[in-house]
Formats: sequence, structure tokens, C-alpha cells
Amino acid sequence: MVYVVIIFLWTAILLYILLGGADFGAGIIELFTSRANRPRMRKKMYEAIGPVWEANHMWLIIVIVILFVGFPKIYTTVSIYLHIPLVCMLMGIIARGTAFVFRNYDAVKDDMQKVYTPIFVISSVVTPFFLGIIAASAVSGQIDLQARDFLSAYVFSWLSWFSVTVGIFTVTICAYLANVFIIGEAEDEQDRQLFTRKARRTIFVVMAAGGLVFLAAHSEGIPLLNWIFSDVPGIIALIMATISLVITFVLLNRNKPVMLRLLAGFQVTMILFAATYSHFPDIILLKGGDNLSLLTHQGQFKTIETLGYALLIGSIFIIPALVYLIYSFQQKKGNTSAH
Amino acid sequence: MDDFLAARLQMAFSLGFHIVFSCIGMVMPFFMCTAHYLWLKRKKAVYLDVTKAWSKGVAIFFATGAVSGTVLSFELGLLWPKFMEHAGPIFGMPFSLEGTAFFIEAIALGFYLYGWNRFHPWFHWFTGVIVGISGLLSGILVVAANAWMNSPAGFDFVNGQYLNIDPMKAMFNEAWFSQALHMCVAAFVSTGFAVAGVHALMILKGKNVNFHRKAFQIAAIFGTVAACLQPISGDISAKDVAQRQPAKLAAMEAHFHTEKGAGLIIGGIPDTATKTVKYALKIPKALSFMATGDFNAEVKGLDQFAKKDQPPVAVVHYAFQIMVGLGMAMLGLAVIYFIALIKKKNWAESKWMLKLFVIATPMGFLALEAGWTVTEVGRQPWIIYGVMRTADAVTPMPGIAYSFYLFTAVYISLAIIVSLLLFRQITMVDKLYDSSTDKKIQ
Repeated sequence: MVYVVIIFLWTAILLYILLGGADFGAGIIELFTSRANRPRMRKKMYEAIGPVWEANHMWLIIVIVILFVGFPKIYTTVSIYLHIPLVCMLMGIIARGTAFVFRNYDAVKDDMQKVYTPIFVISSVVTPFFLGIIAASAVSGQIDLQARDFLSAYVFSWLSWFSVTVGIFTVTICAYLANVFIIGEAEDEQDRQLFTRKARRTIFVVMAAGGLVFLAAHSEGIPLLNWIFSDVPGIIALIMATISLVITFVLLNRNKPVMLRLLAGFQVTMILFAATYSHFPDIILLKGGDNLSLLTHQGQFKTIETLGYALLIGSIFIIPALVYLIYSFQQKKGNTSAH
Repeated sequence: MDDFLAARLQMAFSLGFHIVFSCIGMVMPFFMCTAHYLWLKRKKAVYLDVTKAWSKGVAIFFATGAVSGTVLSFELGLLWPKFMEHAGPIFGMPFSLEGTAFFIEAIALGFYLYGWNRFHPWFHWFTGVIVGISGLLSGILVVAANAWMNSPAGFDFVNGQYLNIDPMKAMFNEAWFSQALHMCVAAFVSTGFAVAGVHALMILKGKNVNFHRKAFQIAAIFGTVAACLQPISGDISAKDVAQRQPAKLAAMEAHFHTEKGAGLIIGGIPDTATKTVKYALKIPKALSFMATGDFNAEVKGLDQFAKKDQPPVAVVHYAFQIMVGLGMAMLGLAVIYFIALIKKKNWAESKWMLKLFVIATPMGFLALEAGWTVTEVGRQPWIIYGVMRTADAVTPMPGIAYSFYLFTAVYISLAIIVSLLLFRQITMVDKLYDSSTDKKIQ
């Protein structure tokens, strides 16, 4: 049963990156869109993410619940040593979740929009940035359970070039996902060209940010290359991701939105796979070589068993409803306004 | 400020904030669906307008409740890691199920808010009902988890070890039913009176009266029914607390000395030094009856508990008095409104009735916060009653005071923005909707 729970955990993380990420990306690309194009882009984005907006963020809750129920030691270690970046991420989540609703549901559209919009845009960058930092800190051996002073226990556990570059990389991934996603939403040729141009640029940015991650890992002695290239599945995942990125680049010009979305999703899946496969079942690598493993730090048998059943039963309800939600709003474009 | 106090205050603030938003987010969908049902049945445009106006409130409160709930799921670990390390696997079951319920609520809300003219009208209405039901379910589940902290079950505590964990037993602990019932009814009372009060004020101002009158009626009926049910659930809760957490009951009542045929203390100022209550009204033998159903039964006083195991008496006592007092005031108003609905039709339309409802607007939420204070502060000094002390659960990270300031600032600004938003929603009603007549649309 523990494997069922781990599959749910991994899938929930992946879906949060994909769906939540595309969501964050919406705010990020708003930041990098010229003032003239912004209203058009904002409207398209709102139409696309409005109906699924709330659901996208539930994946994070699922991740947290699985961790604290099934793997309490892992949850509490992260909570204690990564307190500061977690608080920063939470601030982003609060600001973003509320600003989105405020700007779309305020009965009066006036100067208050100038308050909501920057909050939305800035928190769209802040949240995935700290999410990336947290993920990187978990696997880069920065957390030191022996640390006694404030800085080494609670600051250097997450603050490093490696973490920062992973944070930036996460932000670019979100922007990339959102850009590819929005191409499919474009109804006229002008929009499509605008979004295609942006998507193409984002691909380069993602690659550059990815390069920075490797450089930072190298300079801090984190064996990132080893992790990815030490076993066959990791290498295959990376090759597949690269090939599909090339295909995406070629396809950007042709009108194949669904294909593009699948490819982008596939790339991110492969990146997450390559990043997690080599240390599985370890999830947190600690300073000094000790690791927290999903298998040795799982909760008692009965807990894992009931958690597994709860997740299975839950997904029977959630998945069809979610698929139907996404399907029906993709089918009937047009009047998406909630007003 | 020391870290322990800061952590407690931050948790109190976060919960105090979340509780208001999640209660509204949990109850408003039922009002919305009632208006929607009336629109589908009677085809009067005004009901459609009320439904749409309320659905925006639902969206705003759902979003705010959802983010503050997300924050809480992190804060449990950020502030109380040692509690979560042991408690997570035991009381996690309701949280896992709540995740499902909440997810379904979010999906259903997507269907509802964006589904106008896209689906069969009754399917669309049904998605709104699902929002309400799944919201209520997640409320019940979260309270069941909290009830476990008051009534730990589903594990054996041996030499500091938590053995033989049974998550189902933990979820269906002895307190889950009475707490969930009391909380859900309280959510209906407070939201009902708050919404009714706002619409009553707008009727008094004479703006878009037809619209606000329809809205007022729906909210007021929900609120009054719930207010009349609440004393029953309060009685169940009192007997339950008396049995399981006698120290909490003693603090609620400032009942210092164990005695048979104990009197019920109303109001008053408890003095822990002299173990007396000044200026209180005392009803002989009533506490014994309330706690056990027997006028002469013995009720444990605070003298039965070591000083270090006693909750702060004054806070719990005052909070309890406030809750009961406000509850009684709302019950009184509910009874008057009922009489008005059944016998004295002219009362229901009268200005004084509306004014009473305006006065009652904040009462439910004040009572809610007070009641929650009784539950949580009354459990102190325990985080898991009788098993783990709150002081032993706090994070080792220093500087929590800064985190407390930060979260407080964020919550205060959110509360201000949401209030502003609601104010604008309400004042825009006459510009957005033309509901002056009962016109029908085919």
C-alpha cells in the first residue's frame, strides 16, 4: 500500500507543477507582456483558468496531507528547517489566491484593480520561486540536523546558489507551461502569433535557467549530473524530454494546440522523473549523508493502509469530475464570463 | 514576546480568521441554491439576481477560506512540528477525506460559477448543491480532527510511544459528533444572521427593496431555524464536555470547588486567587442538571486538578458567557421572527424587526469566535488532551514573533479588502440588477 501512497504523492506533486504551474505562469507572463497586449492576454488567461482555478491548488493540499499523515517525520523536518521559505511561499499563495478572485469579482472595476493586479503578478513569481527553493533544499543536502545556530539551521538550510537557480528554473517552467497552454486558447491568428512568439522565447529562457542550475550545482559540489546520468531511466527521461522539446519548437508554428500541451506536460513529467528517480525512495537528503526515505520513515501500517484507501476512494470521485470539468469548458468556448 | 506565546497567538489569529471565512463559504451556497431553486420554480427575475449576487460572495469567501485553510495546513507543521510528528498519522484520516471533499467543492464551484447557460438548468443548480454539501462535509471532517485533540482516541500511549494506531477510531472519537453538530449549526446561525442583517439594513435604507427583501427572507429563515436548534446541540455538548473534559467545564463555569447539586453561574468576575466569583447570578443546582441531567449530581471543580493542569479560568469563563449570552439573544430574535412568520404577518415587515436584525448582524460571528475560544483555550495546557502539552509541541525555531506580526498584518489587510469588496458588491446591487418588480421571465 505504501507504493500506492507514494504514487499518489508523486502524481499530486506533478499535477501541482503542471496545472498549478500553468496557473502561476499566467501571472508571470503577464509581467513580461507589453502594456498594449496585456488586457487581451489577461482576458484569455482568465477565461482559460477561471473554471479550473480553485481545483488546481488542491493538489498542494493533497501533497501536504499525504506527507503529514503518511510521512510525519519528513513533513516535520521540512516544516522546521525550511520554515522561512515555506512562509514566503504561503505569503505568495495567500496574495495570489485572493488577488485573482478580488480582481475578477469586484463589483466595481476601478483603481482598486491597480492594487490587485500587481499583487497577483508579483505573487505569481514569488510562489513558484520559493517552491523551487524548497524542492532544491530538500535534495541538495543543505539541511543540517546538527546545526545549533540560527543561520546554519534555518537560513543556510535553503539559501544557496543551487536553490536559487532551481527557484528561477521553476518560475521559467511555469511561464513555459502557461505560454504553451494559452496558444490553444487563441481564437484569432493575431493572438496565436503573439503567444507563439512568446512561447518560443520562453523555451530559450527555460534552457538558460536549466543551464544555470547545472552550473550552480557544479560550483557547490552537488552531484546533479551524477544523479541524472548514473542510471538508464534518468538518461532516457532526459533524452525524451530533449527530443520532445525539439518537436515542440517545430510544432509551435503549426496549429496543433493539444499536441503542444501534451508535449509540454510530457517534458515537465520527464524532468521531475529524472530529478526524483535516482534518489528514490529518499526524499530529503541531509547534510552529512543521512537521508529521509519514504520507505523507512513511513507511518505505521494501519495509517498507510487507511490513507491509501482514502486516496483511492477520493480519486474515484475527483478524477471523473475534474476531467468532465476541464472537458466541458474546453468544448464550449465562448461565454465564459461569470458575471 | 517569547516564541511559545507568538506561536499560540499566530495560530489563534489564523484560526480565528479562517473560521469566519470558512463558515460563510460553507453556508452561503445553501442560501444561493435556495434562491436558485426559487428562480427555477417561480421564474421571477429577482431570484436570479439574488442568486447571482450571492454567488459572487460565495466565490470571494471560498477563495479566502481556501487560502487561509491552505496556510493552516502548513502552520500545523511550521508552529507545532512535535505535535504533528505524532498526531499526523493518528488524526490524519479526517484530513485526507477532507481533502477529497474540498477538492469536489472546488470542482463543483467551477461548474457552478462558470456554468450559467452551459448546462441543463437543473444540473447547473445541482452543482451548486454539491458545493454546499461538500463544503459542509469538509467542515464536519475538520472539526472531527479538532475533536480528536479534545478526545484523543485510536492509539495506545505507552512510555511516550504512540502505538497501535487506528485512524478510523481516531476519527470517530467521542467528541466528534457533538463538536461537529455544534459547529455546523453555529455556522448556519452566524451566517444566517449576518446575511439577514446586511439585507435588513439595505431594506431600511430603501434601496432596491424587493431584491433585499427576498434575500433577507431566505437568510433569516435559515438563521432562525438554526438558532432554535442550537440550544439542543449546546446541551449535548455541555454533557459531553462535563464527562470528558471536566477541567474545561469547570473553567467555563468558573466552578472552583467540587460539590453536589452545583449551581449555575451566570456572568460574574472569577478571581483565581480567592477562588470566588464576584457579582454573578447563581441558579441553584442548575449546573449539576446541565452537566449530568441530575439536580443533585456531583460536578468536579477546579480543585480536582493540579494548578499546572488548569486552563486559564477567566478567558474561558468570559468566552463561554459571551457565547451563551449572544446565543440566547439570537434565539429570542428567532422566536419573535417565527411568531411573525406564522401569526403576525405585519411584524415581519416592520421596521423594528429589521432593526433588530441589523443589531444582530455581528452576533453570530462573535459567538462563534467565543465558542471556539472556549474549545481551544479550555483544552489548555494540553494540545492532545491528557497526552501532550502545548508547550512541548512548539517549533524550535526562534523568532516566531516576526512570523506572527507578518501573518497578523496579512490577515488584517485581507479582512479590510474583503469587507471593502462586500461593501461594493452590496452597494452596486441597484446598478447591477433591476429587481424592482416581481417580473417573470419565461
